[in-house]
Amino acid sequence: MAATAVPTLVLIGHGMVGQRFLEALADRGVTERARVVVLCEEPRPAYDRVQLTSYFSGRTPEDLSLIDPDFMARHGIELHLGDPATAIDRAARTVTARSGLTVAYDTLVLATGSYPFVPPVPGADSAGCFVYRTVEDLLAIEEYAKNCRTGTVVGGGLLGLEAAGALKGLGLRTRIVEFQPRLMAVQVDEGGGSALRRTVEEMDIDVHTGVGGKEIVAGGDGAVRAMELSDGSRVETDLVIFSAGVRPRDQLARDCGLAVGERGGIVVDERCRTEDPAVYAIGECALAADGKVYGLVAPGYEMAATAAATIAGDHEAAAFTGADTSTKLKLLGVDVASFGDAHGATPGCLDVVYADSRSGVYKKLVIGADGELLGGVLVGDAESYGLLRPLTGTVPPLAPEQLVLPAGAGAPAGALGPAALPDDAVICNCHNVTKGTIRSAVSEHSCTTVPEVKKCTKAGTGCGSCVKALTTLVNDELTAGGVVVDQGLCGCFPHTRAELYEIVRTRRLTSYAELLDGHGRAEARGGDGCETCKPTVASIIASLAPTVGADGYVLDGEQSALQDTNDHFLANLQRNGSYSVVPRIPGGEITPEKLITIGEVARDFGLYTKITGGQRIDLFGARVDQLPRIWARLVDAGFESGHAYGKALRTVKSCVGQTWCRYGVQDSVRMAIDLELRYRGLRSPHKLKSAVSGCARECAEARGKDFGVIATSNGWNLYVGGNGGADPRHADLLAQDLSDAELIRLIDRFLMFYIRTADRLERTSAWLERIEGGLDHVRDVVVHDSLGLCGELESLMAAHVSAYRDEWADTLADPDRLARFVSFVNAPGAPDPAVRFVPERDQIKPDLPLLSGPTLPVRTLADAPTASGTRTLEGTATR
Amino acid sequence: MTLAVSLPTEQRPDHQEDSHWLPVCDRSALTPGRGVAALLPDGGQVALFLDRAGRPYAIDNRDPFTGAYVLSRGLTGSADGRPFVASPLLKQRFDLETGTCLDDPAVSVPVYRVREIN
Ligand code: SRM
Ligand SMILES: Cc1cc2nc3c(=O)[nH]c(=O)nc-3n(C[C@H](O)[C@H](O)[C@H](O)COP(=O)(O)OP(=O)(O)OC[C@H]3O[C@@H](n4cnc5c(N)ncnc54)[C@H](O)[C@@H]3O)c2cc1C
Ligand code: SF4
Ligand code: FES
Repeated sequence: MAATAVPTLVLIGHGMVGQRFLEALADRGVTERARVVVLCEEPRPAYDRVQLTSYFSGRTPEDLSLIDPDFMARHGIELHLGDPATAIDRAARTVTARSGLTVAYDTLVLATGSYPFVPPVPGADSAGCFVYRTVEDLLAIEEYAKNCRTGTVVGGGLLGLEAAGALKGLGLRTRIVEFQPRLMAVQVDEGGGSALRRTVEEMDIDVHTGVGGKEIVAGGDGAVRAMELSDGSRVETDLVIFSAGVRPRDQLARDCGLAVGERGGIVVDERCRTEDPAVYAIGECALAADGKVYGLVAPGYEMAATAAATIAGDHEAAAFTGADTSTKLKLLGVDVASFGDAHGATPGCLDVVYADSRSGVYKKLVIGADGELLGGVLVGDAESYGLLRPLTGTVPPLAPEQLVLPAGAGAPAGALGPAALPDDAVICNCHNVTKGTIRSAVSEHSCTTVPEVKKCTKAGTGCGSCVKALTTLVNDELTAGGVVVDQGLCGCFPHTRAELYEIVRTRRLTSYAELLDGHGRAEARGGDGCETCKPTVASIIASLAPTVGADGYVLDGEQSALQDTNDHFLANLQRNGSYSVVPRIPGGEITPEKLITIGEVARDFGLYTKITGGQRIDLFGARVDQLPRIWARLVDAGFESGHAYGKALRTVKSCVGQTWCRYGVQDSVRMAIDLELRYRGLRSPHKLKSAVSGCARECAEARGKDFGVIATSNGWNLYVGGNGGADPRHADLLAQDLSDAELIRLIDRFLMFYIRTADRLERTSAWLERIEGGLDHVRDVVVHDSLGLCGELESLMAAHVSAYRDEWADTLADPDRLARFVSFVNAPGAPDPAVRFVPERDQIKPDLPLLSGPTLPVRTLADAPTASGTRTLEGTATR
Repeated sequence: MTLAVSLPTEQRPDHQEDSHWLPVCDRSALTPGRGVAALLPDGGQVALFLDRAGRPYAIDNRDPFTGAYVLSRGLTGSADGRPFVASPLLKQRFDLETGTCLDDPAVSVPVYRVREIN
């Protein structure tokens, strides 16, 4: 039956479902036995279309990619980018592509997805009319929007709202036109629709419902000017996005005579096979055996698994008979979820509704005649979605009224947890993972952390909405298995760093001992603490010093005993016991006089000098007893501490910017200096770095920083959560086109919120990834003030800024404080003989042979005087 | 009150009895939880600490993992009721009473007896 020597499988369409299908083929070893050819219409391999809109918040098309760079090569798959199939000849079993390439197939799989439906209104082909489906669409919209002031989205469904959010983010005055009487008519009911509408309108997006676009009016240049609506009104607009639903891309199938549904979709059976046994269709282009076309990715993934299993000859694997269309989305920052029989279509069902129009919350549960939960709609607060959806079809353990009440308003806290769910409840809808599977990942596959369980089961790696329930389940299961899941900071405190911060702040504690004795673990109270919590608490007290009434100087009294050696000597310990000195050079700008001073100090003290990666100069090789004299010279010349030793603000790098650079659009140097001077000395959970670039060319590498600023012609864009180091991460866009004052206010809030909630040694990047709700939540808090915290965050920062003093100047001014800077307590003048250097490239380096010195283990010498003992000594000495 | 140190006989390479106590510094020179280093006549270095209860400890200042003379600059703490210092370089912890490394029992540093003299 084989038409070719090696069986050939051709896949048309490399979208989300196509890629999942290839992965399933590879898992089943089919790629080893067969030649696999993929025809991909788009110029790039499969990417995460679900997250498409995140392109506008800074994710690059590469970030969105769904494939490992070597996936195709590893499995010997031939991928043809930008070469769509144009014809199928079922009799000859060949597929022809636009380039003329013709491939003979034994098996053909169609995964061509959908196309956006553009209503046939006159003028819909004018310049400035777009659809919203691919990366290329978004690139085109972004480019065109640069010259626009207003934009209109036709369609108020899920995608329409996303597109409206994107236009808003691009700075356009935005309007949504929806033909239905409410927004998201498919997912939510009337009550939910109006709650949603209120919230959307509050974001300054105009909403017109119950009207359609009648005509697009173009100017003489063929570009959109306005839109006429079905109610006779006319709205001015420079750009239009059509988001009026999608249609299956079934034209190829139609052309080769395969059956398609009345409203489109390639007809397939429960094994995703068309009437031609050699041809399959999966994903959005297929009309499934239950008569539905699914426009969501999870059902598509199930079809991919079914088709791959069938092709691999596994007829036992699950057939695709239909899927749950529950969804939880965050649209424009509003949680929207619907599941089960959301519209109450079941005969005899009743609604239980909770609505609070002030806060834009609307929740409805549909309850069956026997009290079973049939479905529901949640708008504005979809917290309970992860728990309610799996309960669908069962009688919930609580009265329905209690299920819709907000936490704290009569809902018994914790009464309804994932613990209440049966093992076959699906926790992760995206990957169809049940509670039982998650539990056995812990109990049988010995996963002990949430990331391990995610990796093992794939749960939580899609939309992320199940992560909270997943975490609870994993912890419950670990606890049940006798593993104590301890969130405490260390052996001394049962609290997290964020909790300790709250305790210190609210109780205004200024002493570590008091905190340990009052809030430590029973066995640690009255003790000496440890090397983990001492610097952590020292940092918390320092961050809050002006607010709780502690001394801002980090080396006085008890505080001095809590600091790591770097903070203790206000310098960085090097491998041979010497220290390095980094004066602050704000923004990297320095006068020739100051450069000369640094050079002279380095020369006079014999220090090794190096330009750092942070646009400043590091002086290495100082002995403890030299530090005060070095700093006396530097402070005299106007330098101050650069805090290279502290978990504190390090540098704010800058590019040369508008003043000199032909491309610059703002004065990036001035802004970098302002920011560095504002936040200098700020102690935080980990070090903080920043940079300011004068234009989008980004010479200061701001997107690799904890907070990075990039100039635009209208102001500044603020990016947060960037990181270099071992696990690099590009910063995400937090807000756009800010004025100087807006920028500083937002950074104040962001930093203080981070300091308040991060774990010990958690950089902003890791914090942003970990914190529940991620960037959206942080934006809600610091931009939209959703927790009502902004005033307090700003005043904490104001207190820091006004209390700042240079630590080195303070230290030099006080003989008691200087007393610690000796190598030996019993010989204050003596230099440390163990700190030695040898020359290298005209400077010095530590004399390292000394380090593996003669006294290594005394113990071994005494114990083992024999010949065999000598070998032991060698072995030990190489340590 | 002056603190004085002496290396226990059994840790001396030659096992020679030596009752000599070397005065090092006044007690007030130490902050509880924070160490200081002292230079010994033979060029060796000792790290002295006070715990929260005011008990003094003395161990060799040399970090056996890196060879640097820095243990006096580590942070102290207690684990299971035993006092320790964590090296400031690579953070290994050493029991202040026995000198044993808590993270690698095969490694230890010499300890010194320490007492107060007038
Ligand atoms: C001096 C310098 C290297 C150089 O010669 O250029 C340097 C030196 C050190 N870096 Fe760095 N880093 C230096 C720029 C960087 C950069 C580049 C930058 O800032 O633009 C990065 C990547 C960007 C970033 O931080 O995201 C960088 C990522 C790290 C990391 C990894 C952080 C992470 O989140 O993954 C560490 C380890 C840590 O902090 O825990 C680190 C830690 C260190 C320490 C503090 C290691 C230590 O504990 O002894 C080094 C101490 C130097 C000293 O004694 O003065 N250094 N380090 C740079 C000082 C910049 C400055 O002026 O303050
Ligand atoms: C902005 C946006 C947000 C979304 N949000 C969600 C969400 O939150 N949850 C959810 O479940 N779903 C969401 N979706 C829907 C989801 O993206 C789709 O269900 C999913 O991508 C379907 O996968 P697919 O492979 O069937 O189709 P696609 O991903 O569209 O892939 C089909 C591919 O086939 C290519 N193709 C078509 N014809 C040919 C041809 N003749 N030759 C070669 N290639 C061809 C197309 O170019 C395309 O690349 C969203 C979609 C968009 C656009
Ligand atoms: S980021 Fe822009 S303004 Fe700054 S130096 Fe580079 S090109 Fe010039
Ligand atoms: S439900 Fe989307 S990742 Fe689990």
